[in-house]
Amino acid sequence: MYLRNALCAVSALSLFAAGAATAENIVIATVNNGDMIRMQGLTDDFTAKTGHTVEWVTLEENVLRQRVTTDITTKGGQFDIMTIGMYETPIWGKNGWLVPLNDLSADYDVADILPAMAGGLSYEGTLYAAPFYGESSMVMYRTDLMEKAGLSMPEAPTWDFIRQAAAAMTDRANDINGICLRGKAGWGEGGAFITAMSNSFGARWFDMDWKPTFDSEAWLNTLTFFKGMMDESGPAGYATNGFNENLSLFQQGKCGMWIDATVAASFVTNPNDSTVADSVGFALAPDNGLGKRSNWLWAWALAIPAGTQKEAAAKQFVEWATSKGYIELVASKEGWANVPPGARTSLYENPDYQAVPFAKMTLDSILSANPNSPTVDEVPYVGVQFAAIPEFAGIATDVSQEFSAAYAGQQTVEEALAKAQAIATDAMEAAGY
Amino acid sequence: MARAVTQRRKTFNTALAWAVGLVIFFPILWTILTSFKTEGDAIAYPPKFLFFDWTLENYSIVQDRSDYMRYLWNSVIIAGGSTLLGIIVAVPAAWSMAFVPSKRTKDILMWMLSTKMLPAVGVLYPIYLMFIKLGLLDTRTGLVIVLMLINLPIIVWMLYTYFKEIPGEILEAARMDGATLREEILYILTPMAIPGIASTVLLNVILAWNEAFWTLNLTAAKAGPLTAFIASYSSPEGLFYAKLSAASTMAIAPILILGWFSQKQLVRGLTFGAVK
Repeated sequence: MYLRNALCAVSALSLFAAGAATAENIVIATVNNGDMIRMQGLTDDFTAKTGHTVEWVTLEENVLRQRVTTDITTKGGQFDIMTIGMYETPIWGKNGWLVPLNDLSADYDVADILPAMAGGLSYEGTLYAAPFYGESSMVMYRTDLMEKAGLSMPEAPTWDFIRQAAAAMTDRANDINGICLRGKAGWGEGGAFITAMSNSFGARWFDMDWKPTFDSEAWLNTLTFFKGMMDESGPAGYATNGFNENLSLFQQGKCGMWIDATVAASFVTNPNDSTVADSVGFALAPDNGLGKRSNWLWAWALAIPAGTQKEAAAKQFVEWATSKGYIELVASKEGWANVPPGARTSLYENPDYQAVPFAKMTLDSILSANPNSPTVDEVPYVGVQFAAIPEFAGIATDVSQEFSAAYAGQQTVEEALAKAQAIATDAMEAAGY
Repeated sequence: MARAVTQRRKTFNTALAWAVGLVIFFPILWTILTSFKTEGDAIAYPPKFLFFDWTLENYSIVQDRSDYMRYLWNSVIIAGGSTLLGIIVAVPAAWSMAFVPSKRTKDILMWMLSTKMLPAVGVLYPIYLMFIKLGLLDTRTGLVIVLMLINLPIIVWMLYTYFKEIPGEILEAARMDGATLREEILYILTPMAIPGIASTVLLNVILAWNEAFWTLNLTAAKAGPLTAFIASYSSPEGLFYAKLSAASTMAIAPILILGWFSQKQLVRGLTFGAVK
């Protein structure tokens, strides 16, 4: 026993000494959200273990995306670690802009990363970013309103049931909307939702020849269904509602159902912020019986830009922040409900975490999304709510603006789809597809 | 009777001016009020105006999470430095255009102004690459230069307009008394144009203080000013409205105070030469 303790002490000291001998100051670009801010508050633990210090550049998601893209494409070298998502990782990995994470230590246990996450953050089998947290999307609903409507939410509902339940739960006199969904323009806002939803209706962005398919019946059905349901049971002005607007409505008891990111579960069940915290249930995102559900898959991950002078220290940080040990550190300080979810298999095998009400549904949602086969018909791209090609963000932003205009009644669904087809066709041809 | 009508009109105009002023100021007032709310109260519907649980928690959180003084100091250096440099470059340029015009002066002025019509993002990559080569990325020096260049057309235009109001005969008289060019600009022209220069300085400090494209794209961990400070509290996924409002209030407070104390000078400068 003494010998083991002594060995542990020696190895801990040697780890510190090794780090301290080459102590570096690393600069990390990251997004502003609860999990990332929590990590910033715990950085002292990393510094104590390695001797390296950390400087944070925290930016709003879209600003960050522009900022790190500028830096990495020009080899600016301003950041040693970048927080990027599943969309950027395979594209940047393919371009050789990221350091491959194929030599992480044995203690790190790469095999423990959820396969869906590892797959989405890899290019040709090589991991290029380590998931800090992962998310899918699911149904969050008010159990009291569902009961009052005389309905029972299945674990895996269909869109027809959701529409029926939304109509039954809507109570305009009391300002309760049966369902709240994203309609806001932007590829990561309403664009992400409608793309994931379209998968369950049998639609796809591009066919196997990279031709856009907005002229298909599946897309017409998707948009017609979405607009019809939201006009019947959604909140006024839903065409401009994104994640935050719907979160606010749900927390104030103004939504019967909300289909959105699984990370929202901890917000709507937090009694400090949510007035309905004790009456929230969860279910898988709906389907249409075609074999694909309407949930997405996303991860915020830490990647190291190729060319950084501090690669070794950056790797140490990536290992620390995405390790099992970090999850335990957060749990010990803030409770299991606040640990970064959706990245590691072992988290979902932990009995303490299994007691968290949304843990199982989050895992089931993540596991039911497959970025390599996101649609009913075969597609040439990877990604559930996006297509991992550089042109997608621009095209999807323009297309989602047309969709939002249709939701707002400024044009018909048919007109929006015709414009979307023209926009996507022009952009893809210009890009040489 | 006529006096009563004038008085009524005065009252009406005053009330109208206050109403317009309140409408313009309302977003800032709402930001300040929201900064004292909890995140729950910040999103409450119907909105809570004054009757909520006032808290300083957001300021405390922002202060703990961010080094406000570092961002503030960067803003002061960048806004002050770029304005000072701009004035030094623009005064001789405006002087020559106002008092020794050539047939191309108007064209040059229009050309300078046209550079403001170029979308900033269009030149982001060239400037970013130049900054890499020159080692100016994430430095206050780099931002001072860029913001000076961006605001230079406005500074030159404003000074040119003010200088045009000064009779050229006064400068001629100074020259006849043996004043050199430097003395003419320093001791005759500049004192006469002080209100105009002051309002140009104030306007450019405000423009540089609020600039949020270059200051976000050319900085990282060291030279970020208050615009970067605010951007770190914005989030599309998570409710940060109250904290964002606290950060915004802290960011605009210095410029609001500066504007408040210098409003007389600012108005005097902006109306300089309006009535002949």
